[in-house]
Amino acid sequence: MATKTAEKKKYLVGIYDHEETVVNAVKKVQNEGVKIEEVYSPHPIHHIDTYIGHPRTRIPIAAFLFGATGTILAITMITFMMKIDWPMIIGGKNPLYPPTMVPVTFEATVLICALGMVATFLISNGMGPGKKEFMFDRRTTDDKYALVVDLDKNTKSVDEIRQILIKYGAETTPAPRIVEKDA
Amino acid sequence: MHDITNDICRRVEEKPSLSWLLAFGFSMLLFIVGGISLASTWWYGIGVWGLNKTVGWAWDITNFVWWVGIGHAGTLISAILLLFRQKWRTSINRAAEAMTIFAVLCAGTFILMHMGRTWLAHWALPLPNTYGSLWVNFHSPLVWDVFAISTYLTVSTVFWYVGLIPDLGTIRDRFVRTLEENPLLPTDTPAERKEKLKKRRPIAAFIYRILSFGWEGGSKVWARYEYVALILAGLSTPLVLSVHTIVSFDFATSVIPGWHTTIFPPYFVAGAIFSGFAMVLTLMLVTRVVYKLEDYITMEHIELMNKIVMLTGSIVGIAYITEFFIAWYSGVEAESYAFINRAFGPYWWAYWAMMSCNVISPQLFWFKKIRTNLVWTFVLSIVVNIGMWFERFVIIVTSLHRDYIPSSWTYFRPTIYDVGDYVFSFGLFFVCFFLFAKYLPVINMAEVKTILNSSDEKAREKALAKLKAGAEAMKVAPAYDKGNDL
Repeated sequence: MATKTAEKKKYLVGIYDHEETVVNAVKKVQNEGVKIEEVYSPHPIHHIDTYIGHPRTRIPIAAFLFGATGTILAITMITFMMKIDWPMIIGGKNPLYPPTMVPVTFEATVLICALGMVATFLISNGMGPGKKEFMFDRRTTDDKYALVVDLDKNTKSVDEIRQILIKYGAETTPAPRIVEKDA
Repeated sequence: MHDITNDICRRVEEKPSLSWLLAFGFSMLLFIVGGISLASTWWYGIGVWGLNKTVGWAWDITNFVWWVGIGHAGTLISAILLLFRQKWRTSINRAAEAMTIFAVLCAGTFILMHMGRTWLAHWALPLPNTYGSLWVNFHSPLVWDVFAISTYLTVSTVFWYVGLIPDLGTIRDRFVRTLEENPLLPTDTPAERKEKLKKRRPIAAFIYRILSFGWEGGSKVWARYEYVALILAGLSTPLVLSVHTIVSFDFATSVIPGWHTTIFPPYFVAGAIFSGFAMVLTLMLVTRVVYKLEDYITMEHIELMNKIVMLTGSIVGIAYITEFFIAWYSGVEAESYAFINRAFGPYWWAYWAMMSCNVISPQLFWFKKIRTNLVWTFVLSIVVNIGMWFERFVIIVTSLHRDYIPSSWTYFRPTIYDVGDYVFSFGLFFVCFFLFAKYLPVINMAEVKTILNSSDEKAREKALAKLKAGAEAMKVAPAYDKGNDL
């Protein structure tokens, strides 16, 4: 097991060439008792996060809550403005005629849901304008896949893990390498 | 996959080509000339337009509805086709979404112009104010429109930008890798240093780092990203339908003969998709040639888009005929007159231009030879957009110019300011589009890579061979190589 320094954590990074190879590696490497930290890829790979054991994202729940907030805000706003603060009777119609409330309520629901959900997405990923990225391998935004193993969370030796990664298709030249990242 | 990255990123990294500079320069010219017209409109007021007391809405609202219509295809392609799992959309969605945003921006400028006193535009929003508690009227379709257009612009921009983030990360990493591969060392000779400085692009790396929001591309982030894209698509689908529905309410909720019809919402939505797809075709055909993207925007894409143009064109044609039928069948004299006046009154030329461009010309796409011919497609896509402009002009101006009192009947003629302000919107649209086409990836690389991976048999075989080689390597696994580690 790798030793942990005060500030840095060590990760072993295996590079793969193809989606199918990395998906296969994720399943098999874990069967061999290696705990995977993360997989980095140039495009989304369906369900790979669940294979790794990441919990299912709760973004849809956040989206629903933001949408509901938008609906409630719009209805409250229209009620307050049209009925409570300054009742507006236009053409003898009821100030709160429900069909006329539909368009604005719908738009407000969509707007607040979209903005809230995207803000949640950015905050939960620690992303934002100018945020500095940490790339284990910059080729993962081009054509390679990186399988990252946190050495602190594994009991096997670096050599053993490296050989398991190679066994399931990781690049051999260069062989999986250790990368340090701030804890 | 590396080839895809190279093909798309090369346009961003290269110096602007002569054709780009010429096209951008021409757009800037339109922008400036139109800008002078716009400044005059603001300075002197909208009295400089050809409006009169009978025709209070004319070119400005025609242009507004036309641009909003064009702005529908982008979201339709990204959202509705995403929900229907139409994979062919991946090559065109990015540019179509960008087109949406720029078109809605242009539409917005006409609303601002139409207000006359643009500096009071915030009065359209429900803001606390000092004029008593005077709130906006939520019964008015114009207020619904304010909400619909601003929501549409915001959500489309967010949808587009979220989709751009992974590709901006790719561009950032290419610039950063060039910096890392060409470090400036004290031992460099002047020639080496000069060569390295030529390759290094620190400012570009810095800008794309800011724009890429710290994208790393881990599986957890991708999973969230996919949910966000799916939910945004789900939200955008009813949104895109609602926007043109609400635009049509601006007319349909009034009591003007020719406007007061229940067919307007579906008819406007179909027309918007029709004109939007035509504009996407025009732009994509040019982009395809200028950027040599024939491998990405294939004949199959063009043919499928032409089929959608043909379908929506037919829907619009049926709507025109239905309107005529209902005007007669309703037995309302004013309504019948409005439609007879459209076809045979003083604006007959606009009506028949609309009919021939929108109803007859897309029917040519029934022939496979025509819908797979680039020149025909390009010409017809422009014809459709001319037709769709005339459609809005016909609906707006011919319904207004002969009102209830024959003494106030009039004939609307545009002034140079009407034309100039329209030119401004073209300048704005193309300046934005050319900047986008040069500095941002015009094709969604991450999505194209996803599709390529599931369909590229050769790459799969190569990977499996490597897997076998990996197992072989196990037998002679390399020893722990410290030199390889950090």
